[in-house]
This record gives sequence, C-alpha cells and structure tokens, in this order.
Amino acid sequence: MLRYAINRILLMIPTLLGVAVLVFFLLRIVPGDIVEIKLRGDGGTVTQETIELERKRLGLDRPLINQFGTWMIDMARFDFGNSMWTERPVVTEIAGRLELSLQVAIMATIIAVLLAIPMGTAAALFRGTWIDYTVRLVTIGGLSIPSFWFGMIIMLTLLSLFNWLPPITFTPIYVDPVANLTQLIWPALAVGYRYCAVVARMIRSSLLEVMNEDYIRTARAKGVYEKLVVSRHALRNALLPAITVIGLEFTFLIGGLVVTEQVFNLNGIGQLFVQSVSRNDFTLIQGMVMLIAAFYVFVNLAIDLLYAVFDPRIRYNS
Amino acid sequence: MTVVDADKDVRGPSAAPQEVAAPLLQVENLHTQFHTSRGIVRAVEGVSFSVDRGEVVAIVGESGSGKSVTALSIMRLLPRLTGKIPQGRVMFDGRNLLDLGDDDMRAIRGRDISMIFQEPMTSLNPILTIGLQIKEPLQIHLGMNDEQAQARAIELLNLVGITDPERRLDQYPHQFSGGMRQRVMIAIGLACNPKLIIADEPTTALDVTIQAQILELMKNLSRKLNIALVIITHNLGVVARYADRVIVMYAARVAEQGAAEQLFHKPRHPYTMGLLRSVPRLDRPRGSKLETIEGLPPNLANVTTACRFAPRCPFRIAVCDQEPPLYPTDTGSLSRCHRHTEIAEGKIVWASLGGAGLNFAANTEAPVLSVQHLTKHFTVSGGLRSAGGTVRAVEDVSFNIFPGETLGLVGESGCGKTTVGRLILRLEEPSAGEIHFEGVNLSTASAAELKAMRRKVQVIFQDPYSSLNPRMTVGQIIGEPLHVYKIVSGRKENEARVTELLGHVGLRPEMAERYPHQLSGGQRQRVGIARALAMEPSFIVCDEAVSALDVSIQGQIINLLEELQRKFRLAFLFIAHDLAVVRHISARVVVMYFGRVMEIADRDVIYSDSLHPYTKVLLDAAPVPDPTLEKLREPRLIKGELPSHLAPPSGCVFNTRCPLASQECREVVPPLEEKRPGHFAACIKV
Repeated sequence: MLRYAINRILLMIPTLLGVAVLVFFLLRIVPGDIVEIKLRGDGGTVTQETIELERKRLGLDRPLINQFGTWMIDMARFDFGNSMWTERPVVTEIAGRLELSLQVAIMATIIAVLLAIPMGTAAALFRGTWIDYTVRLVTIGGLSIPSFWFGMIIMLTLLSLFNWLPPITFTPIYVDPVANLTQLIWPALAVGYRYCAVVARMIRSSLLEVMNEDYIRTARAKGVYEKLVVSRHALRNALLPAITVIGLEFTFLIGGLVVTEQVFNLNGIGQLFVQSVSRNDFTLIQGMVMLIAAFYVFVNLAIDLLYAVFDPRIRYNS
Repeated sequence: MTVVDADKDVRGPSAAPQEVAAPLLQVENLHTQFHTSRGIVRAVEGVSFSVDRGEVVAIVGESGSGKSVTALSIMRLLPRLTGKIPQGRVMFDGRNLLDLGDDDMRAIRGRDISMIFQEPMTSLNPILTIGLQIKEPLQIHLGMNDEQAQARAIELLNLVGITDPERRLDQYPHQFSGGMRQRVMIAIGLACNPKLIIADEPTTALDVTIQAQILELMKNLSRKLNIALVIITHNLGVVARYADRVIVMYAARVAEQGAAEQLFHKPRHPYTMGLLRSVPRLDRPRGSKLETIEGLPPNLANVTTACRFAPRCPFRIAVCDQEPPLYPTDTGSLSRCHRHTEIAEGKIVWASLGGAGLNFAANTEAPVLSVQHLTKHFTVSGGLRSAGGTVRAVEDVSFNIFPGETLGLVGESGCGKTTVGRLILRLEEPSAGEIHFEGVNLSTASAAELKAMRRKVQVIFQDPYSSLNPRMTVGQIIGEPLHVYKIVSGRKENEARVTELLGHVGLRPEMAERYPHQLSGGQRQRVGIARALAMEPSFIVCDEAVSALDVSIQGQIINLLEELQRKFRLAFLFIAHDLAVVRHISARVVVMYFGRVMEIADRDVIYSDSLHPYTKVLLDAAPVPDPTLEKLREPRLIKGELPSHLAPPSGCVFNTRCPLASQECREVVPPLEEKRPGHFAACIKV
C-alpha cells in the first residue's frame, strides 16, 4: 500500500503540470490584462507609455514561454510569486482566506455526515414508510434549494426572531472560539444542508442495494440480531460509495462557495477567486487554481486509500 | 480430504428409524405470495411435506416452481415488504414457526435450522473475516466468549476439510475459492449443531469434482451428527444420490412426492416422467433424440383452476380442466394427477420421439476447422504482494472439426475451454499455434478473408439474459447482422428473412416485435441461435449454450441445435461442463484440464472406456439420476482443487490430484498420444 501511495503521489506531478499549462495559457488567451484594469479601470487617462512601463515591471512583456518557465521554476521552489494587484505574496493572500474556508468546509462536513448517516439509514430501513418519505422530502429540498438562498433565510430568521446577526469579522478559532463559531456555524449550516442531502441520498440508495445482497440474507439466516445485521454487515459496505461523495463535496467547498460567502460576508477563498479573476490578477489566479487542483488530487488519493482500509478486497497491488 | 466414511449408506428410504416420533419439520398447506406492482404472484400454493430427524429430503423443480420460496418461507426470510404467508403452518419441533415473534424466530435461525445458499461467491460478507462470520452465531446463540468461539471455529474448519484453520480464520472471503467458500458456509451452518439444514442449490455454482466433495461432506456430516437435510436442487443426479425422499414441485404446487427409489423408477406424474426423460444420462446408451416436455411453465400471476401441467401434458383429457388433488398412489407416493392409476397400470407411457438420430459416419472430408498447437498465455502484472507471471490459459491444443460434426469440449472452470472458443472466434490473439478455417490460416489471412470467416463462424453464448441488447427488439437483434453484411437488401426482405429465421428456431413471427425481457430464458436462447444462423454460418461455437436453462427447456434447445445441424450441415464446437449433455450432442469429445488436452475420443468410447485418470474422475463425480445405481456406487473423490495458474505443477498438470501420479509424472509433460485408433490421451500411465 505504501508503494501504491508513493506511486499515486508521483502521478500527481504530471496531473498538476497539466493543470499549470492549462491555467497559464487559458488566462493569457483571454483579452485584456491586469495593467489595463489597474490603470484605466476607473476611466482614468494614462499614456500608453506608462502602461508599457508597468507591464515591463510586472514582467508581462516577456515572451509567454519565458514567463511560463519562470513561473514553473519558482513553483518548484515553492515560491508562488506576488499578487500583481496587492503586491503581497500569493501565499500570504491565500493563507488568510484558506483558514476560514477550510474551517467552514470541515464544519459543514461534520454537520452533513452526522446528519446524513442516520437519515439515510433510517430512510433505507423504513423504506416506503413516512420516515422514508420525510427524509426524501427533506433531502430533495436540500438538493433543489441553493445554499446562498438558504443562507439568506437563515440570516433573515435570526434577524427577525432574535433581532441578532452573526459577527461579520473573522476571529480565528484559537483566538476566540465562541466568536468564531457564532460566525461560522451559519454558513456551515447553509452549505451543510445541501451536502447532507447528497450524502444521505447516497447512503439510502447504497444501503437499499446492500440490504438485498446475499450476505445480508446469510447473516439473517444465522440468526444475527437485526441491529447487528445493519451496523456490522450492511452499513460498512454501504458507506463505501458515500466516502467518494463526501471527498468530492469537501473539496468543492474549499473554493466553490462564491455566493454563500457573499451572503454571510465572509472573506473566503471563493471571494478571493472572484476578486482576482475580475482584476485579471494572473499570479494569484494561478496560485489558487494550483492549490485547489492539488487539494482535489490529494483528497482523491485519501479516498482511494480509505477504500482499501474499509474493503479488504482492494489492496492496490497491481 | 477424507469424506468417504466407513459407514456406507445402508439405510433405505423406507427404513426411517424415527417412525414413532413426530416429524422434525412438518409443513402444512403452505401458501406464499408476493405482492408486486403487477399483482399478486402466488409463488407457493398449498405445499405440505414433512422431514424426519436425520432424514435427507430433496425438493426438485425448475426455476420459478417455488422450491426456494418454500425454503425461505420456512426460515421466514421472505422480502419483508412483498412476501406474505396468508395461510399454512410450519411445525418445527412442536412449534409453529409462522406464529413466533420476530426475536423468537431469530433465535431459531442458525441455532436449530441453518441454511446454505447457492452462491458461495456472494453469500459471505466481503469485508468481514471468515473467523468473525463463523464465530458470530456461536456468540449469539450459545453465548460463547471469544476464546471458546475461536476454538470451536477451528474445530469446524477442520470438520469441513479446510487445512491450516488458525491462519484461514483471519482471511477474507475473496481469498477463498468457490468450493472453499461453500465449505465455510457449511461450517457456519453446522456451528451450533442445528437439527435441520436447508441447502438451496448448494453446489450449482461449483464444478463437478468440487460438487461431489461438498455433497459427500454434507451427507457424511448429517449422518454423523444426525442432522436432517433438505436439499433444494434442479439436478436429478444429485437427488438420486443423496435423497431419501423427493418432492417434485411444478408451478407453485407439489406435483409428486415420495420415496426416492419409487419416484425415480415408478414415477406417477407425467411431469416427473417427462423430467426424468429429458435429462441426458451418462449411464444409458445415447438415445437418438432427447425427449422433452414441450412448452413453458405457466405464469404464476394468472393461473387457472385447471391442472397446471395440463398445457404441456401429452396425456391431458377433459377432467384435467379441474385441478387434481394429491392422490395417494400404488407406490406409496403422492401424485397430483387424475390419471395416476392409468400411469400405474402402464397404460400411459411417453411416446418416444423417435426420428433418425445423428449419424456420425467416419469423416473423410477436409476438416472445416483445424486447430494446431494452439497456445494462449496471459501475462499478469505483479504487485506488492503477488508476483507477476504468465497464466498458461491454453497450452498446445490441437483438434479438427469436420463439416456437420459436433465436437464436445469439456472441462471444469479454469481449464481454458472458453479461451479456446474465444481464440477460434478471433476475440483473442493466440500466443502460438495455428487455426485453419476452411483451409485458410487465420493468422496470415487477409482482411477480406477474415471478414468472410467472421460471417461463417458464429457463436451462441451461455447467458441468454445478458447477451441480448435489452433496448433492441428481437427483430432488430436478428436483423442487424443481415444489414451489416448486406445479406439482404431493403426492409421488406430483412423482415422476411427474420421471420424465416424465427421459424427455424421455433418462434412465431410476432416475436420479432418483443424485447428480450419479455421472453423466457429458453426463448432468448432461441433468439441467440437465430441471430447466429442469420449469417448462414458453417461453424458455430456454442459456449455453455444450454447451461443456464432448466432441464425441460435444455432438452428443447439441444434438439433444436441437432435439427439445425442436420438441416444446414453445421459444425459445432460445443463447450460445456455438463458431461451428459456433451455426450448426448457430440460425435467426439475433447477433455481439457488446466489449459491442456487430456483426452480426445469418440463420444461412446470416452464415456465407456476412457483412458485418462482425469476423465475417469470427472465421469465418476457426476451423479446419474438413478437412486439404485447411485446408492451402490462408492464415489471415488478427487482430492484437492485446481492448482494456482501462477504456479502450475511441473510435469503433468494433473499430477497434484491424480490417483496414479508417480515421481515420473512430476517430471515429464506427457504428450498427447494416439493410444488406440482415434483415441488420444495425455498420460504416461496408460
């Protein structure tokens, strides 16, 4: 398994290289660059000369292949460059936001998984009863209601019922856990609802399938307690496909919460993404895309390794 | 493994020892229904039978006859939402199981009644160790602690013949072969010393030699521990060998039940008679044509009040419009037939279908297909735990097939018989050797020659359920190759040809509009045959073409194949694991083991006078449907299982299991030699 893990980590290099090539050149195919936006964005009049000068300063005048090479070499030394807009290191820009986004993603995952396992299991075991219908109704709601809208409803409810709104400035959890949690629990709930719906439905359908397996019949024929049939024989098998969904949803939450962050006024990765794209901040966009790509690849590897832990048939030796 | 016990079967079915005591299990007027979206399916209707302590009772029937549902009803393991038992009693040891609360019933399952299922591959939980799965009932029912359960589990594995039990307990199901998994299932079933074991098709998924091992094991254990055994099966040979009493089910009802000897020798129901006649048998000279029961079993969603077998019964009369009760007959058995007395008096006998059998004259023509030194190696990439290597799937196989002839290819799973078929069809590229089809060497053939060959060589697959595209109608399935090869021009002509082809395989023209899921298994296989015929082939590979079908349907398809062979002068390569079927249909038979040819001979020679020890073992392991013969026969069991393909034995591949093996066998690969005229065997001992 160790060799398998190492193999997979080595395979990440070409994957990420491909991402790097794509993001770098796609960004430059799009017309317009940061200098135009920076200097002429407010309708100010600047001479062409000044623009050329700024381009030169940012290195944008050099041949593309040249720029790409520099970027690659820097990245190999874990130097992701500076933001072209704020001039601060890309790493610094991202780090502040990542803390918040990661925390929301983790909290949403915890909420979702804690709710989804009992919900999905109950729905499958009591298939065709009111329990099943309730779970299906609640989860179809989670899939169809946009998270940001649900977030707005949460905010409005808090405001109208308690005349209270969560704090709007981010306090790290190690500084003041109460302030931190009172701010982040709401967005985590808002996105956790949809997340929970996806996972609960997955668990329901895979548990229904597993309950029809021959080995469940064998367990019952042995006289195993029904509770044990579900928890020991069925659920462990049924959770496998759910792990994949959880992993993919988790990575999505890191960079994908653009509108929800806006609703809750959070300075997360999503917001930073929108900002940097609208500013054509090449280095920052590239840095973020690489970060999220790496996240995806790592989480996928983690899922595959988890599979092997849960399922003895998979031992990755070929 | 040593399962041949000293105490042979001396107990006749009539001499059941516990005649005074109440039977262990008594099923009375059991009705089981499935409430589906398309209405109520009455899967079991009014079934009654009893099982004494230590007795072996077999329930036989075709798929859908209700035999498995009866077992699941006794165990109360029917699907909760759809399965209902509106009527009946299941008395077990003085209690009606149908009245018990859920937890009381649970306490009986695995403790007093165990069940062994058909599919050893899927019946064990893949993510739990074997040890846990064996210890579970011990801890639940007998309250053993982990140490006691561990000791008992080791004892059980020893009992069922699994070596090195301490280590095996920590392994997972996928690390066991199919036969080994079934042994584990038996160990689980035996764990709490039950009074009754219900085995639902326990060996259907296994090879003949492994089937014999498992059945002998079950029988000996049940004798030794005085456990009653209910074996559910469609295999009449298995019934004849092991059962004291037999229950024949047809369309949700008991058609006939009685002592095994009586039922096999003096059947009193036309269905039983037909069933016994439609099985190709190893112990009888091959008949010209296989007897069959025409037609299909009724749909249980809408049955009439007439006798259920009447539509297929050649002896139906006016009174058969009334459902007959179970009449007691002269033999002591029960028969659901109005005319059972006439059967007893010998006034009703199945007319022999007669007809000229296939006449295989010595063939002087050039072979249609000639295979020489065919070899196929697969490379398996290695990994962390297992070393890579070469799997020698097919090694140096040579044979000829002449026009209009059927060559049978038998062997157990993993012997390479399917790979040979795939190589001939050019679905795989051979590693070495040559295939000549109608004189053309296929390895050097041009693209045009290959295209012509693909038309002339067709295939019929085993599984009629998955080998037809579910989204295409029967007409489209059969018509597609006509279109692709431009055999017909235009839609009209295509339709006409499809109708003609359906006629050849005995299907009505309106079947062309149907989709595969609307057909029965036998009808689907007919469609598969029509599709193959569409190309006007001269040679057809039949890969287990009748294995998935019920006995009565299997006979119909075999007869159809023979009829088509005569009509179109087709050559068949008939790949199968059922020795009796192969014997019936083939002119010559090739026996393969572990990628190599063991023996080639004429059909009758190989069955009556085989030379190779493997062929002998194979023939011995297959039970014949005759209880008298079976009870006299001491089974010669083959020891062990198929060796690993990654570590093949040196010398003769069969030496690890061969009763004759000597040192020389481990050193020399025996060549396939002509020991007698036309009779080849690869063995240095004969």
